[in-house]
Amino acid sequence: MDLDKCIACGACSDKCPKRIPNEYNEGLDKRKAAYVRYAQAVPLKYGIDAENCIYFQKGKCKACQKFCPTGAVNYDQQEEVREINVGSVIISAGFKPFDPTPYAQYSYANFPNVVTALEFERILAASGPWMGHLVRPSDEAEPKKIAWIQCVGSRDINTCDHPYCSGVCCMYAIKEAVIAKEHSHADLDAAIFFMDMRTFGKDFERYYENAQEEGVRFVRSRIHSISELADRSLQIEYATEDGHAITENFDMVVLSQGLETSPETMELCQRLDIDLSPSKFIATSDFDPVTTSRPGIYVCGALAGPKDIPLSVMEASAAACAAAGKLSSARGTMAREQVFPDERPVAGDIPRIGVFVCSCGINIAGVVDVEAVAEYAKTLPYVTYVRNNLFSCSQDTQDKMAEVIAEEGLNRVVVAACTPRTHEPLFQETLVNAGLNKYLFEMANIRNQDSWVHSGDPEAATEKAKDLVRMGVAKAALLAPLEEVQLEVTPGALVIGGGVSGMNAALNLAAQGYSCHLVERDNALGGNARSLRVTAQNQPIGPYLEELTEKIAAEPLITVHLNTTIKEGEGFVGNFKTTLAGDAGEEVVEHGVALICTGAAEYKPAEYLYGQDPRVMTHLEIDQAVLNGDLDLGKINNAVFIQCVGSREPERPYCSKVCCTHSVESALAIKEANPEAQVVILYRDIRTFGERELLYKEARGKGVLFVRYDLEHKPVVQAKDDGLVVSVRDHVLDRDLLIEADLVGLATAIVSHKSNDLAQMFKIPMDADGWFLEAHQKLRPVDFATDGVFMAGLAHYPKPLEEAVAQAQAAVARAVTVLSSTEMMLPGTVAWMDQRKCVGCGVCWTVCPYQAISQDDKGLAVVNEALCKGCGTCVASCRSGAPNLRGFTNQGVMAQIMAL
Amino acid sequence: MAKAKQVTGAVMVVGGGIAGMQSALDLANSGYYVYLVEKSPAIGGVMSQLDKTFPTNDCAM
Repeated sequence: MDLDKCIACGACSDKCPKRIPNEYNEGLDKRKAAYVRYAQAVPLKYGIDAENCIYFQKGKCKACQKFCPTGAVNYDQQEEVREINVGSVIISAGFKPFDPTPYAQYSYANFPNVVTALEFERILAASGPWMGHLVRPSDEAEPKKIAWIQCVGSRDINTCDHPYCSGVCCMYAIKEAVIAKEHSHADLDAAIFFMDMRTFGKDFERYYENAQEEGVRFVRSRIHSISELADRSLQIEYATEDGHAITENFDMVVLSQGLETSPETMELCQRLDIDLSPSKFIATSDFDPVTTSRPGIYVCGALAGPKDIPLSVMEASAAACAAAGKLSSARGTMAREQVFPDERPVAGDIPRIGVFVCSCGINIAGVVDVEAVAEYAKTLPYVTYVRNNLFSCSQDTQDKMAEVIAEEGLNRVVVAACTPRTHEPLFQETLVNAGLNKYLFEMANIRNQDSWVHSGDPEAATEKAKDLVRMGVAKAALLAPLEEVQLEVTPGALVIGGGVSGMNAALNLAAQGYSCHLVERDNALGGNARSLRVTAQNQPIGPYLEELTEKIAAEPLITVHLNTTIKEGEGFVGNFKTTLAGDAGEEVVEHGVALICTGAAEYKPAEYLYGQDPRVMTHLEIDQAVLNGDLDLGKINNAVFIQCVGSREPERPYCSKVCCTHSVESALAIKEANPEAQVVILYRDIRTFGERELLYKEARGKGVLFVRYDLEHKPVVQAKDDGLVVSVRDHVLDRDLLIEADLVGLATAIVSHKSNDLAQMFKIPMDADGWFLEAHQKLRPVDFATDGVFMAGLAHYPKPLEEAVAQAQAAVARAVTVLSSTEMMLPGTVAWMDQRKCVGCGVCWTVCPYQAISQDDKGLAVVNEALCKGCGTCVASCRSGAPNLRGFTNQGVMAQIMAL
Repeated sequence: MAKAKQVTGAVMVVGGGIAGMQSALDLANSGYYVYLVEKSPAIGGVMSQLDKTFPTNDCAM
């Protein structure tokens, strides 16, 4: 296919006679040999799958060429080999979902209603084979009972030689169960069969609890076989925790398949001479989590070990940082600037409004009569063009819209589709590409605010869509082009917190050529890591910290401020001014970005005799005592570790993520020093995610005992004359076990410093548990909604050292996108003050949440456009109508209301 | 003074899933030329096959 000629009209695919299983929908439906992977594909160009094309296989057909209106089909295209010079390489080849087909016990190959989790995603998806209607494959009937089976292709060495945990399946299974219940017209019975529920990430535990409240059943049992009934339903036999055998029937079974590296990717790594881990992911050091064994080649995402989307995105930024680290002298030498057409002046022109009504597949069109809405839009004032799109966000539609804007001379655009939160920037770019000011745009949210919430009443939803479109058009007619504010950027950073995250952030900034102030309130760098013995890969942390400290001392671009706190902060992206208070008095530093690496603390409990008996210690205390030489692990005969001390309790309803691995590591160290020692770990769920599972396996192999307890029967620690005794209720025996101990290790929670001052100074939000809240949990994991402020390390959420290092690199990569531009543009939707109406009463600068309004020398209000976020609070608060918000004028808002 | 070694201000990213796309964007936005290599006909990777994503239930697309 000639990509320059293809206009993605789809004629080739329509006319192609060859139908083959559609891999995008996991083979649940068919696609043609001339095809596009999915409607929103980038680039949106059709291709011919030569392996399945009748012409390529049998020498005749050519239907696609005959019907292609632009002559884009070219059967003579040959594979081209190009040689490219690059400074570094990032491998992000991802994972392959585990394929259960060859394994008899999952019965996947034979029973149509046993599906993989990815197939189930496609079943739930609006763009899937059944357009989002929840049905089972055998008879397309709606299932009333679905079972999820966890650890398929994970934590399993008997079937598939995958000893590791895939890290993501518990969460996706819960999500699928919750969404399936939402999609279901009946009261769907959703049951998840699991071994350990591993909801260790930020907000995961709450999601798990909410799912339980919404009626998702969680059954702790490993399923060994599935049998099929006459009606193609499925029968599962399992044992309850107290040993009862139960037989239960389900309409459908979802296999929560794990992640693995594909043979092709393994072969690629071999060709590139990159080392793999025992689990066949790319091997990395905990201190260099995105660096492969081959210099100049970096890795990110699930290929560096199984992980979820936020961690993959975070590592992707980290890899960008590492890959750019050695290339900074060549920055900008090969990059090309994006060129946009000149802006067409529209001031004074009569509005010519184009309305685009989106079907969003069936997301909108399944409920709202989009054609009726489009017809209706034609009758509205100033509307000169209306069009219905299947997916307005797809590339071809975007190109088409830009064309239409130019051809029809449109000067205002209304898109009736989804939410501006995710899609406004995309459509605004379309306007810019068509030579229109991007603020001449309005969205009507007929999906989230209409089709999704009124799915039971299509007629009323259609009427509401018309209302929303009418309101959008009324406002659009009054829109004016806006100018964006241009700002200069101070090319330096402030890094707050001198732990492992802060130290890595400073060093990586320096590697990219940027100076930074590294501020630490303690009298030494290192933070919590100073009390940590080893990483999950058993790498000693002490020498690493020494190396980091030496590198920082030798780096002229880093200024270290010890015993220093942040006293005051002001400014905005590119232009921050922060007052540091240290031993030598106060100092004001100017910086373009701020990196929050303030860490967290270990929880000090008031239970299990902690603080009363010196043999009851926390993890950091044990590590510190071993490092100091005060504790000899070889002399320990009986050790007990208690998990979830202060975590996953009503007061702190989150998992602290690192403690299971830490206890297992400590247990292994004790076993190493004294193989005769008895080590018992009392746990609720063992959460040795990813390749940490191998440590858990090793510990069991070496005789470490694992006993599960639940929150209703917490262990009890008692001091006896000759030692400690820990009692715990064994759920299998239903009796108390008494365990002697000369050391009780408490896996205590990680708790936030709850730095309210910092949050206020940098205008960054905190969640209910005191963790700083990122701009987007999946796609912007180290950014804040406040521009120019980034974060790394425990201040975000509990995490192991290698994730803190990666996050620091990621924060630097994100910060460098600001620092590398000498100037930047700020949004045009900001407030301005009509001082003729201002009486200087002060209400607006009191209510402004961004401190963007101040008093000028006449006592009247002025807006700092760089700080203003366009929230409109000042406009709503003023009695005289002095503040106005560009893009959301009073007239515009009133017009919208009047249109309703 | 030692002569500075010539480096190339371009990076190749192999794999156009969510991780590769983010790497490519960060590099491009900080002044490097990026070659994003993807074996399938569209970028997006496995994430493009997901329906909604936790915790906001945003459409993965």
